[in-house]
Amino acid sequence: MSGFKTLLYKEVWRFWKVSFQTVGAPVLTSLLYLLIFSHVLDRHVTVYGEIGYTSFLIPGLVMMSVLQNAFANSSSSLIQSKITGNIVFVLLPPISYREFYAAYVLASVFRGVFVGAGVAIAGLFFAELPLKAPLWILAFAILGGGLLGSLGVVAGIWAEKFDQLAGFQNFLIMPLTMLSGVFYSIHSLPEFWQGVSHFNPFFYMIDGFRYGFFGQSDVSPWRSLTVVVACFAAVAALTLNMLSRGYKLRG
Amino acid sequence: MTVPAIRVTGVTKQYGALKALAGVDLEIGQGEFFGLLGPNGAGKTTLISALAGLVRPDSGTLEVMGHDVVGDYRNARRALGVVPQELVFDPFFTVREALRLQSGYFGIRDNDDWIDEILESLDLTAKAGANMRMLSGGMKRRVLVAQALVHRPPVIVLDEPTAGVDVELRQGLWQFVRKLNRDGHTIVLTTHYLEEAETLCGRIAMLKAGRIVALDSTANLLARFTTHSLRVRLAAPLRDPALSVTPDEEGWLEFGFERFEEVEGVLARLRAAGAEIAEMHLGEPDLEKVFIGVMHAA
Repeated sequence: MSGFKTLLYKEVWRFWKVSFQTVGAPVLTSLLYLLIFSHVLDRHVTVYGEIGYTSFLIPGLVMMSVLQNAFANSSSSLIQSKITGNIVFVLLPPISYREFYAAYVLASVFRGVFVGAGVAIAGLFFAELPLKAPLWILAFAILGGGLLGSLGVVAGIWAEKFDQLAGFQNFLIMPLTMLSGVFYSIHSLPEFWQGVSHFNPFFYMIDGFRYGFFGQSDVSPWRSLTVVVACFAAVAALTLNMLSRGYKLRG
Repeated sequence: MTVPAIRVTGVTKQYGALKALAGVDLEIGQGEFFGLLGPNGAGKTTLISALAGLVRPDSGTLEVMGHDVVGDYRNARRALGVVPQELVFDPFFTVREALRLQSGYFGIRDNDDWIDEILESLDLTAKAGANMRMLSGGMKRRVLVAQALVHRPPVIVLDEPTAGVDVELRQGLWQFVRKLNRDGHTIVLTTHYLEEAETLCGRIAMLKAGRIVALDSTANLLARFTTHSLRVRLAAPLRDPALSVTPDEEGWLEFGFERFEEVEGVLARLRAAGAEIAEMHLGEPDLEKVFIGVMHAA
């Protein structure tokens, strides 16, 4: 087994060992959103003409779970390892920075997709969910998870304390996710805010992901794909650059 | 010609205004038991970290078994086992899991036979299934040693391995490290316990402010910087200029000498002066005196 495979395996094993907290808790949180919003809004709101609000909401919640958990996996693993000092165990072996990057990001994608799948399955108890274009679903889940897993690596390496990481999470990831159209179609927003939403890469991840279910979306899935791929490439380049320089890892 | 286990050439490292390494050159041969001594902040850990690839030097090169730690880092790291100074561990895993993971990071599969052997040697077999969190400090230290050995590195670096470790464990650990050395492993050790370095290390480098200020065999260092000493306390105060020494506050007189034959002469002088000896103590050369001498001179 190469160093890369072991590191990937360890990163997956790590969250799996505490799956009650890393998988169970986020699924429960999403279910609570679903329970409350669907109960309050389902009879009053329809989206894209005929889609019930609960059906519309589920893919949004699934993708939000994918993104948040992908970020949480790499960022929390790295900061814990840095603060406790056990990061040396992965810095001493002959693992290249590219392998290091790939292992952390892939494990993040895995956790994101795993939690997302959990939310989706639980959501089926609340509403029917069409699957118009499953490949789009898969593409956006993987790319979105990869992008946030990569951002998690950046945050985990940059942050020196848990509160700095929490700041990153609460003041950047959380607002961008909440304002991305998880809970609404941006067509229901005033024109100005619709315009602003187009500058939020999270909007494209959610919108493209949702397209896979309904075959309808606020913007073309190709456009969303282009934006997400471009953002992923940019963040990956930044992360790889940090790792190659040993930024905050190899003084 | 065999390559040296470690070759350090012109290595410098600056942290802001602090010069952690100010041009270090050092060669350690295969099979040596080498000591790296120096006060806190002398640059010992920075040097070891640079060797392990945890710190990037500003200039200079480092090689482990002939492999450059930057250009050929994979082979350099395979050849090196590092026991870090801090008592670090991953709370998610058991002892065996941690050792299996560490083996995997070095690309080694199915390493259980060797892992069992290390566990046995370090008296950890009974703790193999225990979570790392549950272990005492001494046990965690042993696991760190085990982790450094999973890939059978020819060169082993121990950074202050006995800091805060009880006597029994320290003895056991040194027995084990000595055996590794006898089996051909090169050992590099940093320690604050000078008597440990004195008994274990064949050669010693002393670092001060990022420079090597002394580098020689332990025997030579002891011979060069210290002498035997005879300390006596007299029953009654005696001031005889012929003795050429004055007593310290507690009334002890100290005479230095190179060879034991000289002791007789000292005693004869004391007798001639009419001194009555109440207590006597014969001192061996020791590394602490060398250390203090070198640090003050440098």
